Amino acid sequence: MTRHLRRPLSGTALAAALALSLTACFGQAHGGANDNPNADVTITFWHGWSAPNEVHAIQANINAFEKLHPNIHVNAVGNITDQKINQALRAGGSNAPDVVSSFTTDNVGEFCSSHAFVDLTPFLDKDSIDPATTFPKPQLAYTQYQGDQCALPLLSDAYGLYYNKSAFQAAGISGPPKTLSEFDADAVRLTKESGDTYSQLGFMPDYHFYESTITHFAAQWSPTYFASDGTSNVAADPGIKAAMEWQKGLVDRLGGYSRLEKYRTGFGDEFSDSNAFMTGQVAMMIDGEWRAGMIDDSHSKVSYGVAPFPVPDAMASQYGKGYITGTIVGIASTSDKQNAAWEFVKYLTTDTSAVVSFANAIHNVPSTIAALKSPQVSQDPNFQEFIKIAANPKSTTTPSSPNGGAYQLTLQNLGYDYESGKQTNLDAGLQSAAHQIDTDIAQTQ
Amino acid sequence: VTSQTLDRPDDRTGRRAVNRTSAVVRRDPARRRRRRRERLRILAFLSPWLLGTGLFFVYPLVTTAYLSFTRYDGFVSPTWNGLQNWRFVFREYPFFWPALRNTLWFVLVMVTLRIVAGLVLGMLVIHVKRGRSALRTVFYAPFLAPPVAATLAFVFLLNPATGPVNAILGHLGISAPSWFNDPSWSKPALTLLALWGVGDLMVIFMASLLDVPRELYEAASLDGAGAVNRFRHVTLPHLRPILVFAVVTGVIATMQYYTEPLVAGQVASGQIGGSGQQLEPGYPAGSTLTLPQLVFNLGFERFDIGAACVIAMVLFVLSMVFAGFLMRRGRGFLGGED
Repeated sequence: MTRHLRRPLSGTALAAALALSLTACFGQAHGGANDNPNADVTITFWHGWSAPNEVHAIQANINAFEKLHPNIHVNAVGNITDQKINQALRAGGSNAPDVVSSFTTDNVGEFCSSHAFVDLTPFLDKDSIDPATTFPKPQLAYTQYQGDQCALPLLSDAYGLYYNKSAFQAAGISGPPKTLSEFDADAVRLTKESGDTYSQLGFMPDYHFYESTITHFAAQWSPTYFASDGTSNVAADPGIKAAMEWQKGLVDRLGGYSRLEKYRTGFGDEFSDSNAFMTGQVAMMIDGEWRAGMIDDSHSKVSYGVAPFPVPDAMASQYGKGYITGTIVGIASTSDKQNAAWEFVKYLTTDTSAVVSFANAIHNVPSTIAALKSPQVSQDPNFQEFIKIAANPKSTTTPSSPNGGAYQLTLQNLGYDYESGKQTNLDAGLQSAAHQIDTDIAQTQ
Repeated sequence: VTSQTLDRPDDRTGRRAVNRTSAVVRRDPARRRRRRRERLRILAFLSPWLLGTGLFFVYPLVTTAYLSFTRYDGFVSPTWNGLQNWRFVFREYPFFWPALRNTLWFVLVMVTLRIVAGLVLGMLVIHVKRGRSALRTVFYAPFLAPPVAATLAFVFLLNPATGPVNAILGHLGISAPSWFNDPSWSKPALTLLALWGVGDLMVIFMASLLDVPRELYEAASLDGAGAVNRFRHVTLPHLRPILVFAVVTGVIATMQYYTEPLVAGQVASGQIGGSGQQLEPGYPAGSTLTLPQLVFNLGFERFDIGAACVIAMVLFVLSMVFAGFLMRRGRGFLGGED
């Protein structure tokens, strides 16, 4: 090819590449709420539920909604992962969802700040729904970012203590511990050593064990992860440091990190019948309300009880609180049926009978204050413990941030280093973690 | 004007001849049209390649390079932020350097061992008199196993508490490592997995070894060459293009090493991820973290596509440097023939 022919070709190729990159690749950022709410429309609803009972339960809610709103039809698409959600929200188009739900609260900060989800405040105002009196405080915290209420809670998860009643009886322990000093003593009493390992461990504090994470533990100290100016507060918050010190102390009392880790590697999958609590390998664990349903549905013979996770001795009066998270739902800003979508979201998240029936069907905690108090909610004593934890005003969550769960990961990595002895200066570690969190957030601005 | 003089552009005679030809073309419209038609025909024949390369190589590459200088979360249009992403990745992103070190470890150790193992197995199989087909099948079959399934099987086999491998080692009185749960052993464990699936290289080496003329071995033997010298002076030179091919493709594949370390790390850690439970990157202790995992972490979990593109560019440049160096040193896929 001659030189003078190559030049225009390369120029055309570059121009085409730039044009493509500036048009085809970048999703739309804005939607509108001017659609006719009384028009006959079909909205697309993406969710992650896939088990037959879950799909049946959400479909029952959809059927009930369609009866109330004959002009709005819902095309539900299940088993959707967060990666698919992100791609669809970026791309938009006729096949993109109007209403999206996600099992993780970590992405809410990005959905709000990028306006991938529309701010629901105008819709809430229009229907005179006061979020503060409708939803519990933690649920509101994880569905908004810097005042932008771009999502709403669609059922919740509450974390508490599961304990093996038979092991408690055998060890002469009368009931679940309420403070961490009682808990530590019980964990030691419940531990049975066998050579260089264990035949039963009172509690597995290692951060790699199932739900034994720093954020789940730290909730018992009600920490503040971010200061009012949005900067990291992990180095200044006394609760986070105290939580890490407590965990490390328990690791050492129960035999040390290496020994515990070796025992942990023999555990079965968390979401299987081989779960270490269900097989009797550990006598206590921190977990969500769903575990009770799983134990009941399994072949496990474990006789279990549930209670709020113990609190620090100095905060004994706050016993009953715990970590809260849940599923979130929002409206895609690319949707051109936002009013219809809002009717659906409003029904799913605020209609007490819809929330309660769905919660009962899939063993999740209801996510509105009215539903938590409803007599229709399962009265199973174990489940009621989690209802109380979710309704406790001192319960907390991990707030949303603009870069997913990066700040939690930074904190968790410090936890791994501290529990293993790789990091011995916790104050320096927390300072470094705070700096890293601020750097990571600055990178997203 | 001879072809030899035309090949030298600074040759006065040749330049004058070319200029004379161009002048003739400019003056003759018919010849000009013919020349244009010829160019268009060449372009038409080249167009599938141009289209494919443009769409699937040049466009993504140019876009990736451009995005690496922007703040882009995938939702809002990118905005230029200069070298910020590069500074962040190289100076402030704590996972970059460990991941680069791990990736280079895999490139140096895993690729080398795979080639050695593939060659040894290839030689073993062609020298076996009986059961050659069975052996070939046995060694090749693991390569067909899906990476996720193979990794899961290895994690269960090498489980320090319940895996059969450690049970056997224990019976033999050998202190068994924690494999995928020990930062010192996780990379060797992944290398074992890669060696188990070395059947692809074995087949390639086998085909090449069978292609070595027998007369060369006979001549070498007559000259008094032993087995080592025959391998060094007959087999290896013949295998050189295949070795270069195996090293280059092995390095590029290892630069993209993603599935096996990710699955092994997540399964061995026992965590599934979720709100309040972040998956540890490269469990245990970052020892299985590779650069492609960072692309996913930054681009799809942190919504920082600009920084993810920096990692992608680093991978591209490293692959090009490795491939270029190896091709030069190994004199290409055609050995000495070029």
